[in-house]
Amino acid sequence: MTKVSLYRRRKFTNALGLALSALSMALGLVGLTWILWTLLYNGLTALGPDFFLQSTPAPGTPGGGMANAIVGSLLMVAFATLVSTPIGILAGIYLAEYGSVSRFGSLTRFVTDIMLSAPSIVIGLFVYAIAVATTRHFSGWAGSLALSLIAVPVVVRTTENMLKLVPGSLREAAFALGAPRWKVSLSVTLRAVRGGVLTGVLLAVARIIGETAPLLFTALNNQFFTADMSKPMANLPVVIYNFAMSPYEDWQRLAWGGAALIALIVLTINIATRILFRDKLRS
Amino acid sequence: MEYTATTSADARARPAGCQGTTKTMTQDAIAARVRRFALQDRLFLLVTFAFAAIVLVALAGILVSLVVEAWPAFREFGVGFLTGTRWSPADDVFGAVISVYGTLVTSFIALLLAVPISFGIAVFLTETCPKSLRRPLGTAIELLAGVPSIIYGFWGLFVLAPVFQEYVQPLLIATGLPLFEGPPLGIGIFTAGLVLSLMVIPFIASVMRDVFETVPPVLKESAYGLGCTTWEVVRNIVLPYTRVGVIGGVMLGLGRALGETMAVTFVIGNANRLASSLFAPGNSIASTLANEFAEADPVLHVPALFALGLLLFVITVVVLAAAKWLTARGTAAAGR
Repeated sequence: MTKVSLYRRRKFTNALGLALSALSMALGLVGLTWILWTLLYNGLTALGPDFFLQSTPAPGTPGGGMANAIVGSLLMVAFATLVSTPIGILAGIYLAEYGSVSRFGSLTRFVTDIMLSAPSIVIGLFVYAIAVATTRHFSGWAGSLALSLIAVPVVVRTTENMLKLVPGSLREAAFALGAPRWKVSLSVTLRAVRGGVLTGVLLAVARIIGETAPLLFTALNNQFFTADMSKPMANLPVVIYNFAMSPYEDWQRLAWGGAALIALIVLTINIATRILFRDKLRS
Repeated sequence: MEYTATTSADARARPAGCQGTTKTMTQDAIAARVRRFALQDRLFLLVTFAFAAIVLVALAGILVSLVVEAWPAFREFGVGFLTGTRWSPADDVFGAVISVYGTLVTSFIALLLAVPISFGIAVFLTETCPKSLRRPLGTAIELLAGVPSIIYGFWGLFVLAPVFQEYVQPLLIATGLPLFEGPPLGIGIFTAGLVLSLMVIPFIASVMRDVFETVPPVLKESAYGLGCTTWEVVRNIVLPYTRVGVIGGVMLGLGRALGETMAVTFVIGNANRLASSLFAPGNSIASTLANEFAEADPVLHVPALFALGLLLFVITVVVLAAAKWLTARGTAAAGR
């Protein structure tokens, strides 16, 4: 009799545990669809041609768009990507090719991992101290610098991880032909994993395009259209933040549009890199 | 740097080994080429080394600049900055307790909710989920981890907070616990913790799933062979085997939650008050920085904010370093 009850209890615990785990999965999925649904529902209506062609409106004026913020975000992200890609790739090469045994290598790897999850607002503080306080004005360059500081660790880590997947025999074959080490690194191993490195760069873009905190007091915001990076610059995340917190309904509608736009960009990049990477693995 | 010397010596030695087979080149030409290659290699090492050093310099620069900029605040308030319970820019009185309390409590609430749910998701994805659904569901969770935090904050303020205010808060207030006192505002410390938990769930769940997958199938199969149920296998085989990695993953999530700015700033209420109720509005370190920095007075307010930033940085670096150490140990144990 006790045997039966013990068996029953074990079966019950099992069923309960697995049911709860399925429930948490369901909760996660509900969260995902709920967020996406409200974003698209509220955001897509705001994404008309005006959204891309007009600048942010003054308080209380209807209409307007986010052209200045979109251009500002694109410029800052583009420069940040241009700066962080070579730094990240070269540092990644160092870690993969030379840094696997040295103490400096493991220290760098450790610090990169810390920087990967360090609070982005602190990076904003740092850039404020070195680039805004010294020049006495906010600028697009400062924002771009903050974003590149966030992007570099992402590129470093993916580049290193990808390079480590390259079979040693490929390296040895190149060395046997008498190629110098730099040539092996750049035209053999790096080339073998260029898809993976590109993935890293794209993931870095996806990471920084929605970053708000480091831009709050570096790029600040600008009500007007400007492509001059030495001035305060409008950018999507900060405009979304300011407009969402405002009492004006027109502004809030624009903020929903901006949020939907950013979410779509980030999700597209994430899905695209997955497809890209899967094809690479298959071939 | 000793390793450097040996590698470039390697590079020099390798082409030199080809000498005997090359007939079309004179000894001198070969030697010159070998020297050139060695020089290029040394240069290449130097360049990549310099770029790797940039990461270290950045971290050191962050620490130094934060300390330098925060110095006036520390000189003015001393240790009292850490124990001060008033934050009043109007009177030039700054104490960190309110913000630190907000940061710690929101992160604690976030983990309290996120850890069991993430665990459930990871168990579902590794044990019960049909094979064909594993990939898409896992991808969906990972996509959720990539959504920018401003989206979570925005959504939390406009969608979650009203629902929470309407349906959940009255129920919790009715329990009469002192933790859930006061009017149902929708926003506040508890809501911030809730949004944070939504944000870290996908992150912790992906890490947990990854470490659960390191458990050798043989171990699990032997447990099943003894008649264990799935739940018993998870509790007695998978969890003990991956314990260190799981704790590391949770601490990584904690690191994220502590430093998160936007998801918190939208919904925490931004009030510089200490309240016993979790439904009261408050402030975290990150939200104080986000709200006040751009308009702060440079004499004492800005240094005080830098001091808060330094505090946040130190806390997160300690947590992340511990997490890194644990996950490294976890994967090392799994690889054994």
